Amino acid sequence: MNFKLIFSIAKSMLLARWRQTLVAAVGVTFSIAMFITLLGFMNGLNDLLDGLILNRTPHVRLYNEIKPSENQPVNVAEQYKNSYNFISSVKAGITRQEIYNSGPILQAVKADERVLGATPKLLAQVFFNEGTIDITGMINGVDVEEESRLFNFQDYVTAGNPIDAKNVANSIILGKGLADILVADIGDVVQVTTAQGERFSLKVVGYFQSGIQEIDKVQSYASIATTQKLLGKPANYMTDIQVKLYDLEQAPAVAREYAQLFQVDAEDIQTANAQFETGSNVRSLISYAVGITLLIVAGFGIFNILNMMIYEKMDSIAILKATGFSGRDVNLVFLVIAMSIGFFGGVLGLLFGFLFSLVIDSIPFNTAALPTITTYPVNYDPMYYFIGGAFSLITTYFAGFFPARKASRVDPVEIIRGK
Amino acid sequence: MAGKTENMQDVILEARGIDKEFHDPVTVQVLRDITFKVNKGEFVSVIGKSGCGKSTLLYILSTMDTDYTGELYIDRELMSGRPDAELARIRNEKIGFVFQFHYLLNEFTVLRNVMLPGLKLGRYSEQEIEHRAMERLKMLGIDHLAMQSAYRVSGGEKQRVAIARALINDPHIIMGDEPTGNLDKRNSDIVFNIFKELTEVHNQTLLIVTHDTEFAENSHRIIEMEDGRIIRQ
Repeated sequence: MNFKLIFSIAKSMLLARWRQTLVAAVGVTFSIAMFITLLGFMNGLNDLLDGLILNRTPHVRLYNEIKPSENQPVNVAEQYKNSYNFISSVKAGITRQEIYNSGPILQAVKADERVLGATPKLLAQVFFNEGTIDITGMINGVDVEEESRLFNFQDYVTAGNPIDAKNVANSIILGKGLADILVADIGDVVQVTTAQGERFSLKVVGYFQSGIQEIDKVQSYASIATTQKLLGKPANYMTDIQVKLYDLEQAPAVAREYAQLFQVDAEDIQTANAQFETGSNVRSLISYAVGITLLIVAGFGIFNILNMMIYEKMDSIAILKATGFSGRDVNLVFLVIAMSIGFFGGVLGLLFGFLFSLVIDSIPFNTAALPTITTYPVNYDPMYYFIGGAFSLITTYFAGFFPARKASRVDPVEIIRGK
Repeated sequence: MAGKTENMQDVILEARGIDKEFHDPVTVQVLRDITFKVNKGEFVSVIGKSGCGKSTLLYILSTMDTDYTGELYIDRELMSGRPDAELARIRNEKIGFVFQFHYLLNEFTVLRNVMLPGLKLGRYSEQEIEHRAMERLKMLGIDHLAMQSAYRVSGGEKQRVAIARALINDPHIIMGDEPTGNLDKRNSDIVFNIFKELTEVHNQTLLIVTHDTEFAENSHRIIEMEDGRIIRQ
């Protein structure tokens, strides 16, 4: 099989009708460009929306849930082993919210090579006192530096310096919504009452804005030491250990493993945020569907043009066959024609798709809810370019398949005698 | 061509009892018991009235039409019943064609048209094939057209290009279907003289279907057909 010859024949046929070729290739270019742009933009938005939650959510959260013991004494007792025991109004016993052995657990988790980082967290329910009115709120005691490194804390502190929460004694970073309610400016002092009834004065060193209004009205951040002091607890007291992994997908397995190993409750991100995954998947599905529809339409265009080309080239096909080209050779010539349209159209499409993405990426997009975003988000994942490229070849192959088969079956005698 | 020293009596093409029927719309027998031989170096014309089956016979002999009964030998090898791809290879290597309508590939230059069957056969390198193509164009006096696009040359010239193309692989036999049928007297004479020279100087075997009796009478041997039979050979 002489591929060089096949290619040179295909090339001559393509260039002889370069206008038709161009129209077919532009169809492919357009659909691939749209496919890339659409997917890039859609997934950029997906990433942004997911990021709102997922970037700030630990991949695995270790905590101690307050719940009644699973082994109630009556079930353990020897003489009632073979009977049905009905127990009502079971209460949790003397369990604590605290994670037992938190120090060694934290060290062990940090030493795990799958783990990017782990940081303690301490949740405190408080009331913010605004005159005579109490506003419920939640103070997250965090290790500011680790929180910034692992969960982009600094991105969401829109005013003030996050590290002040650690450096300034008795300081707090208020949610923007909460600060508005309390009419608290940076530098002001807010009054806080803990669930135990202790009153504290905390200095506001920054605002925190998550992009989700409901959260900003309730949440605020303080250093872990400040929060421990608030609750009157020692320095090893923590209610959560937040773990960030290198690979998000491993979270469920790691959570199961830790739960068993450390005898704590462990929740993975997939379980905690199942709805976000669903939303992203549906959006991706829609963009793939639109992109593929575009490509199929382009495929029909190529199919039509090739079909016409075969009627025009009947004489050429007949003479090729008469001079010793087999049906297979003719088939290959037309497949090469179709696939070169796909290839060059596709390459240009990828290029234009990239350019369109760049354009979208530079359009300003400011929203109060998303402080870190200044332009429309675009995802440049090479995977989309790969899929787009592969699809342009596959579609044009199928578009060329039937015309090429038809060409290979042309009976030269009929054409030559038919004149 | 060059260096061929075969015996004049070498049989290049042989048909044994070839029958063909057309079935659409009604069954008509177009060829009946066609049996003949063509020897190396012969210049054979096939004549007969329109519809006598001479073109149909030519396409069977050329291996392009495989829907017949009987046996066809080219170069002493049985052609009947071989698969399409193999017949294509045999056509490429052993048979040269000249048609009434010139059938050049308009997308290519004259030179490239001549080269194509040679490139397909792949017996020589591309430079070698180009050289051989130029030789043949020179022999037919059209080497000055080599770089022209195929659709720019005149009818008579096109037919000479087609002959050059038929010659590129040194075929055992050249078949022609009314190669002068569409040409004026002057160009017909040029083409006939080329055929004559090919057979006399280069010992090339030719089998030409024609209804030009003057052309036929000047060839070595005439096969005359009527109603699907050979009535004189």
